[in-house]
Amino acid sequence: MKTFNYHSAKDVKEASKLASSNSAFLAGGMTTIPSMKLGLASYKDIIDIKRIKKLSGIKVSGKTVTIGATTKHSEVASSKDIKKAIPSLAALAEGIGDPQVRNRGTIGGSIANNDPAADYPSACIALNATIHTNNRSIDAEKFFRGMFETCLKSTEVIEAIEFSIPEKSSYQKLPNPASRYAIIGVYVAKHKTGINVGVTGAKSCVYNDKDLAGALTKNFSSSAIDGVKISSSEMNSDIHASSDYRANMVKAFAKKAVDAC
Amino acid sequence: MASLVGSRVERKEDKRFLTGKGRYTSDINIANQTYAIFIRSPHARAKIKKIDTSKALKSSGVVDILTGEHIAQDKIGGLIAGWAIRSEDGSEMKCPANPPLAKDSVNFVGDPVAVVFAETLDEARAAAELVKIDYKVLKAVSNLGEAMNSEAIHDGIDKNLCYDWLLGDRQKVKEAFEKADKIIKLDINNNRLIPNAMEPRACVIDYNTASEEITCYTTSQNPHLSRLIMSAFGGVAPENKLRVVAPDVGGGFGSKINLYNEEIVCSWASKKIERPIKWVAERTESFLTDTHGRDHITHAELAVTNDGKFLGFKNETIANLGAYARVFGTVTPTYLFGPCATGVYIMPAAYSNVKAVYTNTAPVDAYRGAGRPEATYTIERIVDKAAMELGMDPIEIRMKNFPTEFPFKQTLVHQIDSGDYVAGLNKAKEMADYDGFAARKKESESKGKLRGIGVTSYFEACGIAPSPVVMMLGCGVGLWESAEVRFNPTGQVTVYTGSHSHGQSHQTTFAQIAADELGVPIENIDVVHGDTDKGTFGMGTYGSRSLTVGGIAIVNACKKIVNKGKRIAAKMLEASPDEVDFKNGEFVVAKSNKKKTIGEVAFASYLPGVRDEVKSPLPEGDEPGLIESSFFDPANFSFPAGSHICEVEIDPETGRVKLDKYTAVDDFGTIVNPLIVEGQVHGGLAQGIGQALYENAEYDDSGQLITASYMDYTMPRADDLPDFNLGFTCTKATTNPLGVKGCGEAGTIAATPTVMNAVINALGGKEISLPATAEKVWKACKEMKKSNAKVA
Ligand SMILES: Cc1cc2nc3c(=O)[nH]c(=O)nc-3n(C[C@H](O)[C@H](O)[C@H](O)COP(=O)(O)OP(=O)(O)OC[C@H]3O[C@@H](n4cnc5c(N)ncnc54)[C@H](O)[C@@H]3O)c2cc1C
Repeated sequence: MKTFNYHSAKDVKEASKLASSNSAFLAGGMTTIPSMKLGLASYKDIIDIKRIKKLSGIKVSGKTVTIGATTKHSEVASSKDIKKAIPSLAALAEGIGDPQVRNRGTIGGSIANNDPAADYPSACIALNATIHTNNRSIDAEKFFRGMFETCLKSTEVIEAIEFSIPEKSSYQKLPNPASRYAIIGVYVAKHKTGINVGVTGAKSCVYNDKDLAGALTKNFSSSAIDGVKISSSEMNSDIHASSDYRANMVKAFAKKAVDAC
Repeated sequence: MASLVGSRVERKEDKRFLTGKGRYTSDINIANQTYAIFIRSPHARAKIKKIDTSKALKSSGVVDILTGEHIAQDKIGGLIAGWAIRSEDGSEMKCPANPPLAKDSVNFVGDPVAVVFAETLDEARAAAELVKIDYKVLKAVSNLGEAMNSEAIHDGIDKNLCYDWLLGDRQKVKEAFEKADKIIKLDINNNRLIPNAMEPRACVIDYNTASEEITCYTTSQNPHLSRLIMSAFGGVAPENKLRVVAPDVGGGFGSKINLYNEEIVCSWASKKIERPIKWVAERTESFLTDTHGRDHITHAELAVTNDGKFLGFKNETIANLGAYARVFGTVTPTYLFGPCATGVYIMPAAYSNVKAVYTNTAPVDAYRGAGRPEATYTIERIVDKAAMELGMDPIEIRMKNFPTEFPFKQTLVHQIDSGDYVAGLNKAKEMADYDGFAARKKESESKGKLRGIGVTSYFEACGIAPSPVVMMLGCGVGLWESAEVRFNPTGQVTVYTGSHSHGQSHQTTFAQIAADELGVPIENIDVVHGDTDKGTFGMGTYGSRSLTVGGIAIVNACKKIVNKGKRIAAKMLEASPDEVDFKNGEFVVAKSNKKKTIGEVAFASYLPGVRDEVKSPLPEGDEPGLIESSFFDPANFSFPAGSHICEVEIDPETGRVKLDKYTAVDDFGTIVNPLIVEGQVHGGLAQGIGQALYENAEYDDSGQLITASYMDYTMPRADDLPDFNLGFTCTKATTNPLGVKGCGEAGTIAATPTVMNAVINALGGKEISLPATAEKVWKACKEMKKSNAKVA
């Protein structure tokens, strides 16, 4: 690991001020630290944001669930309020990595990193999330830009993620057997305003599958999905799953999600 | 005193391992130590044109940088193959030189080229980045199937072929096949695995400038063997100036049998730079450079009669050696594989033909089971295929071909002393509720799932030893084991063993057998291992040999102690030695009912006299003290055997395989500690299941390892495994006084074919390659659906 300056920010303002294009915020460190150890990334400044109390916590109102950026996966997984309001979201958190990862990794870090195989981005898409930063509020559909790419500026700090509570929803995932990231993860959510199908793991970036959502809007049942054609042309392909398999699994897991709603 | 052999004594090791107090190589620090970083080839195959260390040598904290040139100048020898194998045509195997630092060419990604020593690890790393190496990159040979048709990677080794070996009689097989009703054919792979010991390799070297002695602390399964090789072949130092210590070692599974480049280089360099050296592998280095396991392509044929009798068997295998032949590299796919390929069956004619080839991949060597898992996989898969093609039940076809009389002369080499294969399979059948499978299958089908059942019966030749036999077969050393038992004057016993423990719990098991032999409480017995300066000698731990060879050496040394004790007690009790009985730690003369405890006798042996009188308890000719040693070389291998049955449930929509039930019935002969044996079986099963469903080392066409981290290399995890249902049968080994057979590898050997047989059973006989990943299984399910639709 290359040497770097470590800062512990006392508030968001300080964190943002210390940040530059050559820095990283340290939340759970579950991405940043392994990448630095493996020599895949190096930074001049590491800005620890874990001591900023305001960034952590869970709030449930009648219509939304708001989760602070440094809230850990294990906290989401075990939150009674979330289990009641959006059980599928707690279940998603419970399925991330392993206990060690869940006890450190944070929701803010996960979506800021936007790994194409991460779980939370699909929840953001399916649950019409709004990402609140220190200077704006961003719709999930606009937030995720591409592989490991978001619309965040380097000095911008995610403060909280606000999810709409759906009528019903389910997240179903085919985990990568080695890392347990998603080979495919499909988040189906039925809101009064419409249906979203957030798909992760399949392509270079999470997306809302409009064809699946369209079919489910007409007929909210797994048989409605049978007729949808899913092309494998933009799908990822690696040693764990070919693009053809992925395309088929999007369908298979969408069906499982609908059945589980 | 109740016998300890057979009881569930809790492990003496638990306290230190479970509370983080184990002392591993990387826990050792020596004042003034330097840190080593190895610079490794990023290419699978290349010529080294030039190494420029000038800039790096000036980097902060650098003590020295050494390359293959320095190795050559100092005439330091390379790594060796421990077994010489001959080809069918009588020619000797071909092995390339394997210098500890590559000088002219590199042959796999990770092959070490240079080493930096610096005051701190960070400085060593920074300097390593400044070493400039010019390579001429050559086309890599990374595909096993194409290796023999590719350019030779080592000068003078045609077709990349190390040997083309045959065991068995081709003519007899031909005749048997002519008589067959049916010939079953099978083409299979045996996937390449990375051992993934929890503790990465490491070494700490301390050169003593005064005594000129080198101490090498290292992660080894066999410190004595490492010393022997480092001295005799490496020329690093004479044996008496070389001490090798393997302290707590966090797992080996075969990968730590070998002496590695880093240990030779650092031992040699410590003397050169006159500084202690510490090197600890990073996980990536473990993936790239620990010896890998398995990696075969096999074509097998089984000749059968219509009623399921086996007539003959052919095994044609190509085995991957990787870039170089290492200690067990050449024997694993031959004598550890070929003979076992006919399985637990009466097989009138058979041969195994193995072509071992070099590729630009990490060296392949023994991995838990070594050869026997590959053999068992081959025979057990083809037996299941035969049952399917003949419309027979998999248990029925096995029963039909089991030997029922022992000793049983197995077709290709082994004379199996004892066993009862029928009893084992019957017990497994009952414990697994085999007869209830049909109902469970129906239930799965009602949920849209497929269910399959898999059976395996195996034997293994282990307790690897008889020196005259292994040396006749080409082994470069004798594979006996030694022990020394020291009865201390004040009553405790120290047992020195040549067997190394890196997860096997010898401190407990060996103390149990010594306690029984000597009648001393187990608390008073310590087992010492892993240090060439302590105890006599050792050939190491592998091939399930610790108890069957090393343990028996302890038994025999204890018996010598008791014999000497008897002579002393007789004199003390004024009787003749044959009037003295030894029981429960006491020497008793029946006729007078006088007795002495073994502690009293030991005390007297060290203090042979009394005040005011010249009188010794020692019989004439006996020396003071109570220390005995023994070298044990058994008359034969030992032959554990058993039958395993498992059930899987498959989701045809996704191809995911759920291992639902697993029953293992094993015959390990006498069981010294059931608690420890169950643990060994559990671990073995996890690894065998890992091979069947998850683990796979993959190289791309350019020879890059694409599964070089846990993000891509799938290890089995606790939540992937069902509760294991274990049972035991017991026929004692006749070749050692305890009747023990060894249990370390059995789970790994049996689990892979058991699981694959179940998967393929669920898929209606559709073949898939190892490992049965979700995508492969999903594809097979789709094809099955298509062909079912056609039939309907
Ligand atoms: C073994 C392993 C398995 C895993 N498995 C899964 C899995 O199955 N599914 C899954 O979804 N994930 C998985 N992860 C990822 C993990 O869940 C973390 O969420 C993820 O690593 C990032 O979160 P973090 O809190 O650790 O972020 P960090 O590593 O601390 O930071 C990551 C990046 O996010 C930025 N960042 C962090 N917080 C903020 C913020 N508040 N505002 C702006 N930028 C910020 C940092 O600057 C940095 O660039 C796994 C990780 C590991 C190591």
